[in-house]
Amino acid sequence: MMDDMKLIYLAIPLVCLFAALIAGVFGRQIGRVGAHSITVAGVAVAFALSLYVYLDVIAGNTFNGTIYIWGVSDNFPFEVGFLIDSLTATMMVVVTFVSLMVHIYTIGYMRDDPGYQRFFSYISLFTFAMLMLVMSNNFLQLFFGWELVGLVSYLLIGFWYTRETAIYANMKAFLVNRIGDLAFLIGIAAIYATFGTLDYSAVFASVPEVLGQTIEILPGSEWSIITFISILLFIGAMGKSAQVPLHVWLPDSMEGPTPISALIHAATMVTAGIFMVARTSPIFEFSETALSVVMIIGAITAFFMALLGLVQNDIKRVIAYSTLSQLGYMTVGLGASGYAASIFHLGTHAFFKALLFLAAGSVIIAMHHEQDMRKMGGLRKFLPWTYITAAIGSLALAGIPPFAGFFSKDMIIESVHQSELFGSGIAYAAVLSSVVLTAFYSFRLMFMTFHGRPRMDQHTLQHLKESPMVIVLPLLLLAIPSVIAGALFINPMVFGDYFSGAIFVLPQHDVIGAIAEDYQGKSDLAVVFSFMFHGILQPPFWLAISGIFLAWLFYIRLPELPGKAVALVKPLYSLLMNKYYIDEFNQKFLANGTVGVGRLLSKFGDTIFIDGWLVNGTAKVIGYFSRALRPLQSGLVNHYAFAMIIGLLVLMTWFVRIN
Amino acid sequence: MSNIFADIQLATPEIFVFSMACVILLLDKVTHERMPKASFLLTQLTLLVGLYLVTITVPEGGSIKAFNDMFVLDGMAVLSKQVILFLTFVVLIYSYSYITERKMYRGEYFVLILNAVLGMMVMTSASHFLTIYIGLELLSLSLYTLVAMNRDSDLATEAAMKYFVLGALASGLLLYGMSMIYGATGSLDIETIRSAIQGMESDDTMLILGLVFIIVGIGFKLGVVPFHMWIPDIYQGAPTSVVLFLGTAPKVAAFAFIMRLLVDGFQGLAENWSDMLTIIAVLSMATGNILAIIQTNLKRMLAYSTISHMGYFLLGILSANPNGYSASLFYVIVYSFTSLAAFGLIIMMSRAGFEAEEISDYKGLNKRHPWFAFLVALVMFSMAGIPPTVGFFAKLSVIQALIDVEMYWLAVVAILFAVIGAYYYLRIIKTVYFDKPERNEPITARFGMQFVLSANVFALVLIMPWIGVIMDAVSNAISAMG
Repeated sequence: MMDDMKLIYLAIPLVCLFAALIAGVFGRQIGRVGAHSITVAGVAVAFALSLYVYLDVIAGNTFNGTIYIWGVSDNFPFEVGFLIDSLTATMMVVVTFVSLMVHIYTIGYMRDDPGYQRFFSYISLFTFAMLMLVMSNNFLQLFFGWELVGLVSYLLIGFWYTRETAIYANMKAFLVNRIGDLAFLIGIAAIYATFGTLDYSAVFASVPEVLGQTIEILPGSEWSIITFISILLFIGAMGKSAQVPLHVWLPDSMEGPTPISALIHAATMVTAGIFMVARTSPIFEFSETALSVVMIIGAITAFFMALLGLVQNDIKRVIAYSTLSQLGYMTVGLGASGYAASIFHLGTHAFFKALLFLAAGSVIIAMHHEQDMRKMGGLRKFLPWTYITAAIGSLALAGIPPFAGFFSKDMIIESVHQSELFGSGIAYAAVLSSVVLTAFYSFRLMFMTFHGRPRMDQHTLQHLKESPMVIVLPLLLLAIPSVIAGALFINPMVFGDYFSGAIFVLPQHDVIGAIAEDYQGKSDLAVVFSFMFHGILQPPFWLAISGIFLAWLFYIRLPELPGKAVALVKPLYSLLMNKYYIDEFNQKFLANGTVGVGRLLSKFGDTIFIDGWLVNGTAKVIGYFSRALRPLQSGLVNHYAFAMIIGLLVLMTWFVRIN
Repeated sequence: MSNIFADIQLATPEIFVFSMACVILLLDKVTHERMPKASFLLTQLTLLVGLYLVTITVPEGGSIKAFNDMFVLDGMAVLSKQVILFLTFVVLIYSYSYITERKMYRGEYFVLILNAVLGMMVMTSASHFLTIYIGLELLSLSLYTLVAMNRDSDLATEAAMKYFVLGALASGLLLYGMSMIYGATGSLDIETIRSAIQGMESDDTMLILGLVFIIVGIGFKLGVVPFHMWIPDIYQGAPTSVVLFLGTAPKVAAFAFIMRLLVDGFQGLAENWSDMLTIIAVLSMATGNILAIIQTNLKRMLAYSTISHMGYFLLGILSANPNGYSASLFYVIVYSFTSLAAFGLIIMMSRAGFEAEEISDYKGLNKRHPWFAFLVALVMFSMAGIPPTVGFFAKLSVIQALIDVEMYWLAVVAILFAVIGAYYYLRIIKTVYFDKPERNEPITARFGMQFVLSANVFALVLIMPWIGVIMDAVSNAISAMG
């Protein structure tokens, strides 16, 4: 039985890898239909098996073991291993479900693209990498998956590699992620140095033993080793999950095709950082400093990125900033030790944000690749299905009950409210005020795109029509969990002991336990209703409603209002339009500075020192010796004999003398 | 004297080679006009039968002495003789067309070669100063004559003259050293000398003086700095077919010569000769590699390369332990075969009236004959010691020997000079592949020779899987020494 399960675990990622290889290597031979058939079939199998594993895990069967040892160095084994528990199973289902939807959607979205097979190969490869990441039972394999999803993300952002902006964006994503990955790698090295192993369970088991250990990073400043490791790991998560100030790559990544924005840059890859922190909760729990850092960074991201979402006119960029803000929410939840709430939000967000992106993609196709919302309007008549599903997504995002986002977001806000860590007050204020902003920008998007009078040109207007079935079907399928996932899972997943073996929370940090006390002993349905009833009486709900009302006021009722408001706060508006000038700062100081240092090193280090002195210098000296010694070979036999005699004399005097 | 027949049996290969040399000398008078190939074929037959005889006369249980302890047969002698006979056999295959085209094809040529081979065989089996000296002189005198074989060439005559004068000087010094050792120990027998030295002070002036003179003799034979002056002139001046011979088999004989004298005889003075060889080795690696850089004549460049290779070869010996000796024997065998291929390529590129001696003659060889260009590249890689060629393992084994005895600085020096050396080998490859050809006439070479040469070159790479077998054979030979 155990071996059968092992085979299933192994099959889930490998079937995706296999499909990716076939579509990638033999894409030309198997053609478009072949490529999408095999990859969709692969991911469908992976999804079905993931569901099976999920049910198996709910039934109480977890697994932690090595599958394959691919190398041994100095007695340290490099392993491929799986840890299958509730956290992994949840991630597997979310990843394979969203991936399957995106695969199907892509058939329609990329229909006319010359890189069709390549695209399917990449997204299948991505699914493989993401699964390896979440299923890992050790840090090394985690890092492998981490880098591989980064690579595929790079390839897909630059999928249209003839566009200069796409190349700029993928280079940017790659470089910014390097910073996070460097810290992550140092963190992993620190784990190995401290614990002598990279296996999760072994590391987590010995965390309490090293609590007192410190490390001197700069002379005179002692750090707790746990804090050191936690913060490094979190910097890694900041890169991948786009937290301020490493968030700059995510908006630009919208250069990639829309299905990618849905799959990689909203639903799955960017949540890898959240997943990783939740997975390493046994380390983070022991460092309140690190938890505070996590919470504050998350709060900053949630609030300031939501602000930026207010002023964007590109439909995809609004959703991108919304993603940043929601990732901030998840991070805040982690910092408050509400890991279960964050993972819950991760799951619901994956559904409704993928839905929103795919709906935006549907709009973009109908608009002939026009992404500016100022040229849209009144689309609900032409795209009824897209409109309904996008509305569901927006309601979920804004946190209106009974949609999925309401439950998960409320849990995070409540967790922060309960937290007593340093910074929780600011974080609570940030996440509360972001609720207004979230509701405002999501309904601004809805109103500008689907309501009002059409602002597009005549030609586009005449050709507007609903997208084909392969595009609408995934929208509908994603809409279902966007509505019900919250109500369905809040009691079993968050309040129950579903994550008890996978996530570790110290009793004094147990914010979810404190919330759960109110719902003890009730049935699932009763919990859902009392949670909703409770929620309606709380500020977040009314803030969301007021956000939606404001959006209606600004964009439907009084369309001249936005212009006046902008005129009123001109400096603030230009600050937001320029994204706080962070890109300019990076370009001017960091990028130019680095290039400058590189130039200096290239000139003095490489050209003058290494090339000039070491390489050419040695060559010159040797050449000089070569010419200087040459006359000794005079061709005269008496000189030769003389040299021999000299040699003899030197040897003789030397050895007779020294003795 | 007890059993002269048993003694003779041990020396069968030497006796056979000598008899055949006499037979060929006489027979050539008769067959020279009517069957010109007879002498060549007979010589090759002699070498092969000699090889067979050496192989079947393996001594039982380590070593056997004969002829009043003047002659010894042990594992090292057997292996060295096998290598010498085989090398000479291949040398003659390469030389055949060269000497026929240049009118050097005479019976004497083969008789001299066989005599030189005999001299080398005697050297490897010598256990007495006199035997050593007789073998050495037999070899040297044959070589002097061979160098002068092309009587019409001024360059060759001059080279032969220089070689002879300097060789005579070196022989004199060697003899002088031997006489001093005789004065100090009262014997010329190597085993007696060894035990006599063990009973004496290791800083005995007479012994040290004798050792210095003997080292000079050895140094001349090997062509190491500062006794190397003859090498470039002789390599350049002598006919390529003679250089081919001179640069390969005698190096193996020289190894045996060193083993008999220094390791067998002067074991008690190991500290002294190890220091002397260190100085010589460093000077050789430096001078050889640095001067090779500015050479424009390929044969002369290879001459300096030889000097540096002999420096590397000494590294194993001067580490003064059996592992080091094995490493040196391995090195010299590998070097001989690499050098064989290198000079073989020069012969193949040449024809009557045109010696492909200048490096510029090889420009753009890849465009004229890609296969030869590839062979040249492989040989140069092996010379430079770049993996996966066997030359890399040869260098690795001698440097390993140094590391084993903790002479780290010398290992570093050896590697540094190997890096410098890589420059001029790689320059040949650059010339062959990236320069524009200056000539465009087709290259003609007999198919048989092309085949053997290709096999020779490829052996430098393809031998890899069996390198362990060779290493074992080499270390067995060393451990089976008397």
